[in-house]
Amino acid sequence: MQIKPILAAMRHHRAGTVLIALQIALTLAIVCNALFIIQQRMAHLSEPTGIDEANLFVIRNQWAAQSSTPQIDAQIQADLAAMRQLPAVRDASPSNSYPLRGGGWDNFITLMPEQVQPTTDGSVYLGDEHMIDTLGVKLVAGRNFRADEVGRIGLREDVFPPAVIVTKALAERLYPDGSALGKPLYAMSPAPSTIIGIVDLLQRQGVSTWDTTYAYQSLLWPMRLADPHGLYYIVRAKPGQLAAAMREVPTALYAQNRMRIIDPKDGELSFAQVRERAYDSDRGMAILMGIISIVLLAITAAGIVGLTSFWVGQRRKQIGIRRALGATRRDILSYFLTENLLIGCIGVVIGTVLAIGINLWMVTQFEMARLSLGYVVIGVIVLLLLGQASVLTPAMRASRVSPVEATRSV
Amino acid sequence: MHMFGYYLELAMRSLKRSPGLTTLMVLAIGFGVAASMTTYSVFRAVSGDPIPWKSSKLFVPQIDMWGPGQHGGDREPPDALDYADAMALMRDHRATRQSAIYLISPSVIPAGAGRSPVQANGYGVYGEFFPMLDVPFQYGSGWSADDDAHQSAVAVISDKLNQQVFGGGNNVGRTIDIEGKDYRVAGVLADWNPQPIFYDVMDTGGYSSDGPDVFLPFQRAIAVNMTNSGVNECRDSPAEPGFVGLQHSNCVWIAFMAELDGAGAVQRYRQYLDDYARDQQAAGRFTWSPNNRLRNLPAYLDHMHVVPGDTKVSLLVALGLLIVCLVNTVGLLLAKFLRRSGEIGVRRALGASRSAIYAQFLTEAGVIGVGGGVLGLLLTGVGVLGVDLVLPIRLVGLARIDPALLLLTVLIAVVATLLAGIYPTFRASRVQPAWQLKSN
Repeated sequence: MQIKPILAAMRHHRAGTVLIALQIALTLAIVCNALFIIQQRMAHLSEPTGIDEANLFVIRNQWAAQSSTPQIDAQIQADLAAMRQLPAVRDASPSNSYPLRGGGWDNFITLMPEQVQPTTDGSVYLGDEHMIDTLGVKLVAGRNFRADEVGRIGLREDVFPPAVIVTKALAERLYPDGSALGKPLYAMSPAPSTIIGIVDLLQRQGVSTWDTTYAYQSLLWPMRLADPHGLYYIVRAKPGQLAAAMREVPTALYAQNRMRIIDPKDGELSFAQVRERAYDSDRGMAILMGIISIVLLAITAAGIVGLTSFWVGQRRKQIGIRRALGATRRDILSYFLTENLLIGCIGVVIGTVLAIGINLWMVTQFEMARLSLGYVVIGVIVLLLLGQASVLTPAMRASRVSPVEATRSV
Repeated sequence: MHMFGYYLELAMRSLKRSPGLTTLMVLAIGFGVAASMTTYSVFRAVSGDPIPWKSSKLFVPQIDMWGPGQHGGDREPPDALDYADAMALMRDHRATRQSAIYLISPSVIPAGAGRSPVQANGYGVYGEFFPMLDVPFQYGSGWSADDDAHQSAVAVISDKLNQQVFGGGNNVGRTIDIEGKDYRVAGVLADWNPQPIFYDVMDTGGYSSDGPDVFLPFQRAIAVNMTNSGVNECRDSPAEPGFVGLQHSNCVWIAFMAELDGAGAVQRYRQYLDDYARDQQAAGRFTWSPNNRLRNLPAYLDHMHVVPGDTKVSLLVALGLLIVCLVNTVGLLLAKFLRRSGEIGVRRALGASRSAIYAQFLTEAGVIGVGGGVLGLLLTGVGVLGVDLVLPIRLVGLARIDPALLLLTVLIAVVATLLAGIYPTFRASRVQPAWQLKSN
């Protein structure tokens, strides 16, 4: 294939060439970044929590009557006993929060009591000796809390537990040599807490950009939250009995004591709902970017089809002459395909620069990660193939121009 | 005018001659504009001024009670106030109106025997909160400075809570059971839930479809130990436990708003804040020089980043799509116009001026723009209705279709297409009559 006549023709149709190249460049720049955003969000929303999500649900229980801390604690214990007796319930635990709730209780952690700069940060979960079984997290070292270790914490009380269970991620952050079990930590507390157990995986309460730095760094405190505001009950249903358990539990709680509020709208959430809410913005962005990318590629393809068709129509006579001079149909076809490939190459070169430029700007503006070059390569291939596919129909039509056209005057 | 009709007819005829190309251009413009307008409708909703007639007079004071090195890098004071400073600002009362604000979520027992308690979210505020923010009332009103001073058991409730508790109607003067105590209903709000929730950005992040249900006098709520149910940020653990411990600590948990009329008043208030911080320094409470901020409402909302980054990114990507659609349209118009070089040559040879060619082809571009605008209207409608499916729950229902949005959609479609038509038209007007006649 000779490139020279193609270049000469492109010089003749400079405006059209520039417009297609520009369109390809802009499309590449936007699609690369959109694909990258989609991938980032999808990766984020498919991170595991480490808990038995399929059988879990949470209840936000608020107290309607003002009572003392011991009274509230007694009521919590009565509630737990009632829930654990239900046929569809495997286990239940009181807590201040649950994974993916969207933020909550968080403490800086130090290894020394007088340390000014914190070593790291941990998401704090309160729970009793049933917490580990309720969540379905795996204890990989040490032991669970004993019932006699579980205390209570009233509103804004400075109570710190002597024993804590931490996640593997937190243990390794604090003691990288793997010796965390039995060692102390200070979670904004004056006295040390000893690490008595390590669980495999337990996601934090929040999954925001800020939390990402401390992903999976959680700790469990053996405490019941006897706060006048209320607390969460985390309930694990027996396998396959989630719906039944979600019906039974609120009824049993109200039967225990009416002076509570479980919001009819979102007081009770299955973990599937929790997950959906936690990542709603990620899922939404991924879908939106997907829709925009598809529309963008379709418009660009249609534009190439339109402009190439025009060129074919305009050059019927020249095509006829070439055919009359002995060019084969394949020659004509490959002429248009090569022409498009050349324009596409100019487009993707400019587009690559633009894509990286836009990403670098977005990194400074929107807490976004650096674009990995893999996406640019994928984008380049997609756009070049799209160009070739779009040009195929008009090029086929061109290849069918008969040599007789050369003799016609119009 | 009569020529315009002629050009319109020519345009329609030309567009009908190549229906494929015409459809393509209308689709491109329609989709480009609709994507932009849909994302813009969300952006407009979240970046809008919640109280445009007054926002320039509303100010949020910030005081640095933590000192240098406690703000994570910058020297910005905390986003909210601690109890001591909020109460000092209320006592000194230097603004036209002002209110300290804190989030409460008491339980309310509906009237009638055997009803289950409901949870109400609301705020402890001062009486001036209502006139300062022009809060609309259905029945009754807010409370007086006297009620604030005497910690009166009065409440302002939302229409929703009024329905839940009393079944609706004018219940001003009746008694409502809040957290086990009786309050006299002073007023029932009309529908009021401005977005962003500018008077409490710290707790709400700016948006919530559920408006506040109940307002109680700030000092009354403190006196009955109604705990703060919003965010609190601490640099040290409070020395004493409980809600009282929070009040005695320098943890921040109180929002504050002041109404200041005119630049002089703003200057005086700024001076007052500095004097206050200097007094605290003299008293040994602060060991650093004054570091205050006094932003007006729009500046404060900007400082708090109430517009989500995702909303901005979506809008930018959609605008990118519109630009690609326009480049696309330029190419297609160019092809379409130059295909008619023969016709242009004949018209020019018969005496049509260049400007006549301009008018003719820009009219054609305009017709495509109108077509794209109409399609854009339909798609924007679908887009705004469907966008809630991809928005996070706290933003659902904010994006709305209104005449301004529809007008803007058509306007952008037409203007953009005319812009896209300028270069192709210029090229068409350059067609040499003689050359065309010869070659044909």
